[in-house]
Amino acid sequence: MDKPSGGLVRSHCVGTTAVVYASDYLNKLTGEKIERECRRQLDCGCRALVIDFSDTQLVNSIGISILLGIIDVAEKNGARVVFSEVNNQTIELFEMLGLTRHVVLAKDEHEAILNLSHYETTPIVH
Amino acid sequence: MEPSTQKLIHTFGALADLGQEIASTGDFTEMVRTSLHLLLGTLALRRGAVAECSEVDSLRCVAVWGLGDDLLREWTITDAERDELLAAEAKECLVRYSEQGFIVRNLKGLTNSGIELVLPMIVRGEVTGLVLLGGKASGEEFSNADFDTIKAMVRHIGVGIHTHRLLEQVAQRAEENRRLYEELRAIYRDTVRAFAAAIDIKDKYTQGHSERVGRYSEIIAREMGWSEQEVEGIQIAGYLHDIGKLIVDRDIINAPYHIDAKRSSDLNRHPAAGYEILSPINHPYADIPLMAKYHHERLDGRGYPDGLTDEQIPLGAKIVALADSFDAMTTDRPYRRRRSFEDVVRDLRENSGKQFDGKVVAAFARAILKEVNGEAKKRPITKMLGKSYLEGENVAGLLTDLIADLMAAPQATVTPIKRITSAGSE
Repeated sequence: MDKPSGGLVRSHCVGTTAVVYASDYLNKLTGEKIERECRRQLDCGCRALVIDFSDTQLVNSIGISILLGIIDVAEKNGARVVFSEVNNQTIELFEMLGLTRHVVLAKDEHEAILNLSHYETTPIVH
Repeated sequence: MEPSTQKLIHTFGALADLGQEIASTGDFTEMVRTSLHLLLGTLALRRGAVAECSEVDSLRCVAVWGLGDDLLREWTITDAERDELLAAEAKECLVRYSEQGFIVRNLKGLTNSGIELVLPMIVRGEVTGLVLLGGKASGEEFSNADFDTIKAMVRHIGVGIHTHRLLEQVAQRAEENRRLYEELRAIYRDTVRAFAAAIDIKDKYTQGHSERVGRYSEIIAREMGWSEQEVEGIQIAGYLHDIGKLIVDRDIINAPYHIDAKRSSDLNRHPAAGYEILSPINHPYADIPLMAKYHHERLDGRGYPDGLTDEQIPLGAKIVALADSFDAMTTDRPYRRRRSFEDVVRDLRENSGKQFDGKVVAAFARAILKEVNGEAKKRPITKMLGKSYLEGENVAGLLTDLIADLMAAPQATVTPIKRITSAGSE
């Protein structure tokens, strides 16, 4: 069940995956709330994060910086990050800035969770 | 949309946000933190820090992002190192991490932290601080356009820090001035009180009279809703209302009985004399000389020195007049004991609209009633009158009735008659 925590951020867990919902405009105020929620979920033992952008129209520079911070923290915790339901304009922005090198983009939350379950059961081959 | 167009829009948006952030007068640390986010987010840099340079010899990190807790947050910096940073800025405004002596010496810990660029912030020839930046999330090298963007934004942040410092200095000076002004006001008040004590010493029967008139005036004015500045002013007027007595012969002031007409005339010169003494002084409060001059005027025109009537008398003078008379009635005199509170209330009722302004009397009665009913935090009137004076059974009732009557009745209209009389005043 979705639950607001750390302000107005909605989130829920599917196994060891946390799904966190970004708001319509990802700026400093909302970005910091999402960051806090992601950190909280990682501290609680989540091994993967899905950040859902289905409501998000716009991401500004501060939003980008905060998302990079979340990716950084997740990497340090050995957790994967998937962005789901990102609109085309934001996808272009993420690609242009290189965020897509660090995260997987999924069509929707369902695909994101599927992607992560595949990751969890697939051995890493170097 | 073309990627280059999108990048431009993204960068312009960030620059606009940065300008707004730097112009804000809010929390300094928050401003720097947000500015760092904007810089990092513009080019998708994964880590960075902004350090502020103190006026002495240290650099202190104000904002850090993505660098972990092992980064030193404060470093010392020598004058030579400052010059080194100034020279670096003069050359191209940003340097590779490994190229600077200062950086090599102090920021060794950053070798494995992913910091690639160190940018001194120079404003008006002074090192304001440093910006440390990591690489791009895309893994690409910095382009010339990236460098231009970084330089512009770092310069903005430097100006923001510099401006904040200036504002801090202005605020500090304003605070110093405010403190100095408070001290001057305290000195002025103490001087006036000392003067009041000197006036009262001349009259052995009325010691503390001026101090009490000042306090009563203050209480009445506050009850009437005057501002704190105005209340302070009338307190001063109360302290100084009898300053003209300095020119009256001590024998007249200390006469242990009612004085004759000639001596009375001499004594009655003191309000005008007070005005003459106080007028040349540049008081920080308005109308103090006038309050001293008119504190023996009456609403019915039978006061002195000018025989003014109701509207002609400044409200402040009416307040001082009541405070003066009240103290005269409630303290012992050489020729009589002080009057009972019931007697005083009767006098105030009878003389409201003639000698005293009814609104002023009502305000004073309300202030006393608050003390009697225990509604006042402090009880200065009780303290001045002595604890037992207001402990009579019907004190609250007397005051309540007086207030009700004064509020119900319009100010008495009387025909001005030029004759000196008083219900009791100093």
